[in-house]
Amino acid sequence: MRYAETGYNLEVDLSTGNIEKVETDPKLMETLLGGLGTSVKLHWDRTPPETKAFDPENLLIFSTGLLVGTPMYSCNRTLVTTVSPQTDLLCYPMAGGFWSAELKYAGYDKIVIRGKAPKLVYLWINNDQVEIRDATHLRGKGAVEVQELIREELNEPRAQISAIGVAGENRCFTASIEQSRSSASRGGAGGVMGDKNLKAIAVRGTKDIYLYDGAKFMEHIEEVRAYIRHRNENPLKGVPAILSGIGSPQEMLHIDEKWHTESFAWGNARMRRRDFWTPEIAKQWAASQNSAIKRLISCFNCSQQCGALIAFQDVPRYMMKCFSKLTYAMAAYVEDLDFTWKICERAFNYGLDSFSTPQILAFGFELRDAGILSDKYFEGCPKDKEGRFFWLLEKVAHRDGIGDILADGTYWAARRIGNGAEAFDHNTIKKHEQMNIKLGMMDPLYLLMYSTNEKMSIPQIEGNWPQMPFPTREQREEFVKDWIHLPDEKFKKYFVDWELRGEFANPHYPTPQIASEIVDWMETLHNIDDAIGLCAGMGSFCLKPPYHIHNYPKIISAATGMDLDEESLTQIVHRSRNLHRAFNNLRGLRRVDEKPPEDNWKYRFPELEAEILSTYYKYKGWNNDGIPTRERLEELNLAFVADDLEKRGILKNGQDKKDN
Amino acid sequence: MAKIKKIIKTIRVDADKCNGCRACEVVCSGFHADPKWSSINPARSRIQVITDRMKDIWFPVFAGEYTPAECAGRNIYEIDGKEYDECHFCRASCPSRDLFKEPDSGLPLKCDMCEDDPPQEEPLCVQACLNDVLVYEEREEEVDEEVAQEEMEIGIKSLIDEYGLENLVDTVSRLLQKEEQTSS
Ligand code: SF4
Ligand code: SF4
Ligand code: SF4
Repeated sequence: MRYAETGYNLEVDLSTGNIEKVETDPKLMETLLGGLGTSVKLHWDRTPPETKAFDPENLLIFSTGLLVGTPMYSCNRTLVTTVSPQTDLLCYPMAGGFWSAELKYAGYDKIVIRGKAPKLVYLWINNDQVEIRDATHLRGKGAVEVQELIREELNEPRAQISAIGVAGENRCFTASIEQSRSSASRGGAGGVMGDKNLKAIAVRGTKDIYLYDGAKFMEHIEEVRAYIRHRNENPLKGVPAILSGIGSPQEMLHIDEKWHTESFAWGNARMRRRDFWTPEIAKQWAASQNSAIKRLISCFNCSQQCGALIAFQDVPRYMMKCFSKLTYAMAAYVEDLDFTWKICERAFNYGLDSFSTPQILAFGFELRDAGILSDKYFEGCPKDKEGRFFWLLEKVAHRDGIGDILADGTYWAARRIGNGAEAFDHNTIKKHEQMNIKLGMMDPLYLLMYSTNEKMSIPQIEGNWPQMPFPTREQREEFVKDWIHLPDEKFKKYFVDWELRGEFANPHYPTPQIASEIVDWMETLHNIDDAIGLCAGMGSFCLKPPYHIHNYPKIISAATGMDLDEESLTQIVHRSRNLHRAFNNLRGLRRVDEKPPEDNWKYRFPELEAEILSTYYKYKGWNNDGIPTRERLEELNLAFVADDLEKRGILKNGQDKKDN
Repeated sequence: MAKIKKIIKTIRVDADKCNGCRACEVVCSGFHADPKWSSINPARSRIQVITDRMKDIWFPVFAGEYTPAECAGRNIYEIDGKEYDECHFCRASCPSRDLFKEPDSGLPLKCDMCEDDPPQEEPLCVQACLNDVLVYEEREEEVDEEVAQEEMEIGIKSLIDEYGLENLVDTVSRLLQKEEQTSS
């Protein structure tokens, strides 16, 4: 009997049309849990470093997490993994919503897709019945609208659907996969899906998931439930409203966006507007938001409601969550929030990532203003700020004219355009657009998170540690009092000591060693969430969340029958992290790639930054080039990885010890 | 007819607050698993959240009586500009749809208010819903004794429809025999 997981993957070869239900090795749960962990292993086993994103051999894996579908609140993530067309590394965009649980109830932990269908198709999984169906009549349909069309076609209102839009069909490097109120966006997995000629995956499941010790499991969940109530009734003090609660940032609920709009950089991650949030803006935004949002909605089995049904004027209805409310408006320098509701409907139906795409559009207009792109590329483009964004968005999604170049993202577009365009690609790391935030003083924690994490996108790796020190010692002491989440008491001291200015402030504090410890802790949490399928908003990406290192092992043990403690759980996710890292090392990832953009902070400290990175590598058991050492890999039972790295000359002789 | 005291259990549903999370379905299925919490499957839940996202329709419905035959006609409700489909509000386990039926056997499901020994403080779906959509209330009423009888009859009737009277009688007598054997 398999507990928590179903024990089956669905293997689909789109080239041949072959579909197999394959039983998985029960040992994998003990070594890698599930979700991201076990997906990384499949890529490691089957994708050689020569394979490129648009090769038929590139796997596209849709995975549930180990505890998705159980009564564990907020455990509902779909993890999509594939070699990214943008970065050539293993990317793993994630989505909330309802799809993942449905797949689990249909009896599968993952769908492993390879090959390319000869024509556009979609996959229909109804428990044990799986068919590849013609989708040629759905070509060009919006990623949101097509979900309704497929549900009607199948006559199954309860089917959950993941789908791509035109951008995915056209293999845009920032194409997303949309599902109900959520999307898997980062890294261009939608483009890979389009390349495979797969328009959508529809799922309906009515099977059981088994719990090893369900009664014990429920005791833990009841504690979690009480804590969720407590946190919902007592928002944190001393942080902006948007950071005070649990769940993903409550941007559909809160109207006050002073913090985001004034701290983040507008346009192509260019300009902070410190006086943006005026009473007039606050009034207009309140009116606009209240008229657009019909209802706040959640993901599967979650108490929070980070998403909303948008019903704005005559715009077709859709659902939205989180930061997309701001990204297009900020990139376009549009102050009227009405613009958001309109352009996001287009962008979501095209199926484009709301982090990268707005920056790419702003980048395009910067190049025109700088005379690098001539006016001929912009024939027919409206003059007004709003109209021109709609215009360019459409070009990108259809890879039409200049849109074809921009659809590869800022990094690749800059190199194709040349003529000085490279200098305008100022906000990418590893060829991927980062958060549009540019601050003053270099921050050791963010330096590490930006540079090193496999998640690629900064907001997905930070979380449990406050973004800034609190002004007074009293406030800090107050904050640590009920900070039960810390892995070790010493972190309390780190936080209490951390000051806004002076010796104990950025850039020298947290010290390289302390910064490494804090970042390692936060990454570990993310890796646990990504293995079990928990929404980061209730775990790793949230201050004082309901789930933490002290209750994860109990919950996972009760569900699965494993006997985990904090240490053994940490060991498991470090294993998957090192496997992921080594996979990327095989594809060329090195220390030189691990650096935030030049202008990320105004004040930079090259020597100190190098020391921080070296200290972190050492802390992780990696060599000075960011590659896991044999010693570290063997500790994690990954000797086969060390062998491979050595065979390919990536780990050199004499680099096998951690202190090399 | 004899009067007996009966606790009337009510779950008040504030559907406007429902965010469609289905936590209620998840726990209902786990609570009614055998043994308790050994398996989870919302398709077995006795509460189902009716959803039509784009139409802004989200509301939980509790499994009610089993019915052997579907309604002759259908109703369409329009409330607050939203059109609700024919069977949206109906609690019946009915041949016209797969709602409120065990997915494997097709046997009807009915909300039992989480009857338990010792009793739960609140039904499980109420406990799980953190948006206060489901609010539990109890009051005492005097009712005719026959009501309790009636509930049993409905259960048995559905079994008759499913398996036929003869099979059912056979099974009951077999069970009786077994019981006698074990007790003797
Ligand atoms: S916290 Fe928000 S984003 Fe996360 S699962 Fe819940 S509703 Fe979804
Ligand atoms: S009251 Fe109990 S049996 Fe009825 S729907 Fe709720 S959880 Fe299920
Ligand atoms: S748990 Fe509450 S909010 Fe969630 S679907 Fe059920 S009734 Fe609605």
